[in-house]
Amino acid sequence: MTALVLAELSDGAVAPATLSAVTAAAQLGGPVHVLVAGAQGAADEAAKIAGVEKVLHAGDAAYADMLAENVAPLVAGLMAKDGVGYDAFLAPATTTGKNVAPRVAALLDVMQVSDILSVEGPKSFTRPIYAGNAIATVESSDAKLVITVRTTAFDKAAAEGGSASVEAVSGPGDAGLSSFVGLEAVKSDRPELTSAGTIVSGGRALKDSETFAEVITPLADKLGAAIGASRAAVDAGYVPNDYQVGQTGKIVAPELYVAVGISGAIQHLAGMKDSKVIVAINKDPDAPIFQVADLGLVADLFEAVPEMTAKL
Amino acid sequence: MKILVPVKRVIDYNVKPRVKADGSGVDLANVKMSMNPFDEIAVEEAIRLKEAGAAEEVIAVSIGPAKAQETLRTALAMGADRAILVETDAEVEPLAVAKILKAIAEAEEPGIVMLGKQAIDDDSNQTGQMLAALMGRPQGTFASKVAIDGDHVSVTREVDGGLETVKLALPAIVTTDLRLNEPRYASLPNIMKAKKKPLDTKTPDDFGVDVAPRLKTTHVGEPPVRQAGEIVPDVDTLVAKLKSLGVA
Repeated sequence: MTALVLAELSDGAVAPATLSAVTAAAQLGGPVHVLVAGAQGAADEAAKIAGVEKVLHAGDAAYADMLAENVAPLVAGLMAKDGVGYDAFLAPATTTGKNVAPRVAALLDVMQVSDILSVEGPKSFTRPIYAGNAIATVESSDAKLVITVRTTAFDKAAAEGGSASVEAVSGPGDAGLSSFVGLEAVKSDRPELTSAGTIVSGGRALKDSETFAEVITPLADKLGAAIGASRAAVDAGYVPNDYQVGQTGKIVAPELYVAVGISGAIQHLAGMKDSKVIVAINKDPDAPIFQVADLGLVADLFEAVPEMTAKL
Repeated sequence: MKILVPVKRVIDYNVKPRVKADGSGVDLANVKMSMNPFDEIAVEEAIRLKEAGAAEEVIAVSIGPAKAQETLRTALAMGADRAILVETDAEVEPLAVAKILKAIAEAEEPGIVMLGKQAIDDDSNQTGQMLAALMGRPQGTFASKVAIDGDHVSVTREVDGGLETVKLALPAIVTTDLRLNEPRYASLPNIMKAKKKPLDTKTPDDFGVDVAPRLKTTHVGEPPVRQAGEIVPDVDTLVAKLKSLGVA
């Protein structure tokens, strides 16, 4: 059972999500190879990940923007190669992984196992369903496995310590179906939400986008935190959708998660309940968020948060 | 141009699912069912494209039990022109759904297949991408903006790092994210009119698709419960506790 992991890259470097996917792949019990579509530097970096036997580097410009139309045939080709193919393909359940993996699965006629939380056996996995309200154990009957990995559910493999060989690979190249126009990146000095050590999140109680910024930003600045939000706050237009923490947004598990004015709908809890320390500030003592919080403060957030910011 | 919009009948967004005590699944008996919210966004977007003159016909399709007719009638009441029900009581996995949709798309030749990015029951997030792969067509997933430009469509995608725009050659597959639009409510006259719109019924066998599941669900359980901690009396205590935990 040899597993191929799709490396998630961020600004040309190996993103931490890759390291969690490598850990999941290693739990399948066989050698782990990593596919890097992009710069040589990232391939060299991936070769140092502990536990990785080989890095496949696809340097063709057609793969640089991770267009699924181009990357999926490359992966499917590597998976199906006679004699040297792979038994499993794993991608982190990032927007890139979620875009590419099902396309690979369909090309291989495999039913994908999405968003796994644990490896229970060679073909058996747990995964969240119904927005995290239930956990299903599923067993695949397909010859090959295609999996996306919930990165917060697996420890990160050590980024240093490995010495994998790097092999150049090529595939069909540009499928001619799609082109990358641009990325409007979120301009921020803050840590990225999914990899941040501390997150301050705001909910609907923040009233409007100005108030959200006035209350949440100083606390986040003080803590060096990323800023998140509940779906209610996003729906109400206080912040953009990429701030959304929850089942339909981002899944996070920081050291410290501060939920401000968030009631704690199940869909939000599904996105943050693996955080190490959860702090909830809410004026409603019956808010469900208090049932998962390590430290709860029943208070008016408009008084408590500025006070907290001043005293930290 | 036609737009094909697959819709799924799922547990209503506001209902809290209950796990069955025997671990066999989620109890759906006597539970309110509705159209998958992401699919509603897809129906809305298709209708808006039609209203803007970019499409001539919107066809809703659902693969599921006889009751999925209600979901299709909702799509028709919103403004879809006709509907196709592929009736089956089996639980059809995304790969098999994609195969059925491919057969329908080959017959109907839509310019765009517009799907929700995921269903809120199995949370797979696969069908659109799989359909695109099987058809050899481009995919614009997690769309927050869709703009047709001649024989191409520009799709702005909600990605982890921000908003990514891709240009796809038509025909293409688009999957919708939350911010794409706010779906309309069907008016009473439109609900009445929808009852008269054509609804074809087929079966998976009509398309020669084997819907036998590839994944076996061996157990469905409750998620682990996190223990509630303590309620602190004031901000000073909160700050002191955070400092003693070494997280602030």
